Amino acid sequence: MTSEKRKKLLTLAVLAAALAACLVVDATLPSYHIAVKVISKASVYMLVAVSMNLLNGFTGLFSLGQAGFMLLGAYAYAVLTIPVAKRDSVYQYFDGGLLHFSLPEIFSFLGEDLGTLVGMLAALLVGGLLAALLAYLIGLPVLRLKSDYLAIATLGFAEILRTLFQWNGLGPITNGSNLLKSYPTFSRATSYVLLAGVLIFAVVLLINSTYGRAFKAIRDDEVAAEAMGINLSHHKRMSFVISSFFAGVGGGMMAMYMGTVAALPFRSSMTYEILLIVVIGGIGSITGSIIASFLYIFSSEWWLRGLDSGTFLGIHAPGLFKNGFRMAVFSVIIMVIVLFFRRGLMGDKELPDLLGRRPKKQKKEVAGK
Amino acid sequence: MESILPYLINGVSVGGQFALIAIGYTLVYGILRLINFAHGDVFMVAGLVMVYTTTAMPFYIALPLVCIATVALGFVIERVAYRPLRTAPRMSLMISAIGVSYLIQNLAFYITGGVAQPVVNPIPWISDNITLFGQSTKRVTLVTPLLTILLVAALVYLINHTKMGMAMRAAARDFETAQLMGIKINSVISMTFVIGSFLAAVGAMLFFTNSPSVTITSGSMPGLKAFVAAVFGGIGSIPGAVVGAFIIGLCEELIKGLGYTTFSDAFTFALLIAVLCVKPTGLFGEKVTDKV
Repeated sequence: MTSEKRKKLLTLAVLAAALAACLVVDATLPSYHIAVKVISKASVYMLVAVSMNLLNGFTGLFSLGQAGFMLLGAYAYAVLTIPVAKRDSVYQYFDGGLLHFSLPEIFSFLGEDLGTLVGMLAALLVGGLLAALLAYLIGLPVLRLKSDYLAIATLGFAEILRTLFQWNGLGPITNGSNLLKSYPTFSRATSYVLLAGVLIFAVVLLINSTYGRAFKAIRDDEVAAEAMGINLSHHKRMSFVISSFFAGVGGGMMAMYMGTVAALPFRSSMTYEILLIVVIGGIGSITGSIIASFLYIFSSEWWLRGLDSGTFLGIHAPGLFKNGFRMAVFSVIIMVIVLFFRRGLMGDKELPDLLGRRPKKQKKEVAGK
Repeated sequence: MESILPYLINGVSVGGQFALIAIGYTLVYGILRLINFAHGDVFMVAGLVMVYTTTAMPFYIALPLVCIATVALGFVIERVAYRPLRTAPRMSLMISAIGVSYLIQNLAFYITGGVAQPVVNPIPWISDNITLFGQSTKRVTLVTPLLTILLVAALVYLINHTKMGMAMRAAARDFETAQLMGIKINSVISMTFVIGSFLAAVGAMLFFTNSPSVTITSGSMPGLKAFVAAVFGGIGSIPGAVVGAFIIGLCEELIKGLGYTTFSDAFTFALLIAVLCVKPTGLFGEKVTDKV
């Protein structure tokens, strides 16, 4: 009992320390500093990776539609939050667009800052709900498919969605193949971390509930799970819808981070990137996904930058360290992890498991002596 | 009819190119039950190698070199990325395939510097303009379907009438029993990748002579579409893949002809989902019963 309490306290301490670090970074560095950018981006990826892990790692449904749901969330967020005054310039080819309201302005009766915040959060929520609704509809036919067929079908849906959003016929809403911009964004890394953290906490609660245990049972053995009275189609659909909801919200946050929205970045390669993050962290570990997102984004955007610009770790070799070398090295590392460390960084362990194990080890050592 | 004709001719040509890629998917899936996500990137690499070699040397040396390089790449990928995972769950294999695709694209980015490599008349005779049914087109449009049919016929002969072909059929039917019967499964699988990559190399040469440039992602769309063709025709079946590829090529070009260019990609994926939901085994696929 005390060890449980100890685990909880230690976990809380680690989380608090992480949050404090973010606050310090925000307070000391300007908002355009690379550390702030990298933490923001990593938080977005952390949320999306956890949502993918919920589906692929905990329910065993191999879906590759994540980028499609993120696209939906990103567009929903941007479309709903662009200030009315700026709509004419953003939708210059579509007569100012179809919608003539903006959520932050609707909530402005709450006061300038609070209204904007509530409006932004509401837009994120709408994005998530739209993604969830679409997932429900897609899930009706698609979730009957098994493993790789499911992967390809969801990938196909994401691609259809992407072409649809670039279509000029939907231009008055999506702005066709032009950028959506001028919408409000979070400027502080802590806001991203906090929002993503709260949502991930919700996922953790879900996974530890009866539903979560049912998901894991389906992953481990579908037939046995069904024999134990778990409604397979109901739980699969639920996992798919919830995961898509979080992917949608993550897409909205991605829109915030990027500052402009276009359909082009939400290609299948984005889904692959997120899948690789999940694999690096360990399929079936929330903590793993979080750590891997930070490692992945920090190294690819910041720490390994030198590999692209000529000088890395003090070695100056512009012929070798030219544009693209960073990602080449990085993908070799990923392949090594995929091939030789198949369990990833964390396997299926979580943060409390790591913290709780230490005192036990010490006890053993004491006993050995 | 006059206005549809050029699209029909193009459609048959595009279908032929898809067919050559689709066979690579279908062969590998038939034996390993793996969607080889890297296959589209192998196709792209073949295009890149063609651009580099044809500018450096005459085409009758360059083209065999392209085939050799692509076959070597396919062989190495199987050896390094798929063989160590032979006993692992299928999901790990698929993740490894995605990782290889990511790796090839990033390496290609490093080598090309992220710049689209222009294709300048790599194969002299084939890009000449000819007149077909009163329509002006490149000779490659005519050559592609003929070459495809020729290669497919050769492949079907290989599979039905040679010892290696028999081994491949056995491995596709039952992996473990085939092993027990003394079939060297590893060489069969290597052979599958060699054949698939060779056909992808031929497909790439035909495809990229017709396109303005090769970029690092120019393999992913044809790759995905060829995969859809393979699924549509019944994955694991070679005639299925070829028929599926021709149907998809024709439909896409006709949709473009009707003025809905944006939807030609979407159509392919919609077709995929419809097929998966209505008849997951495809046009020519064998019915598989799941054993518990």
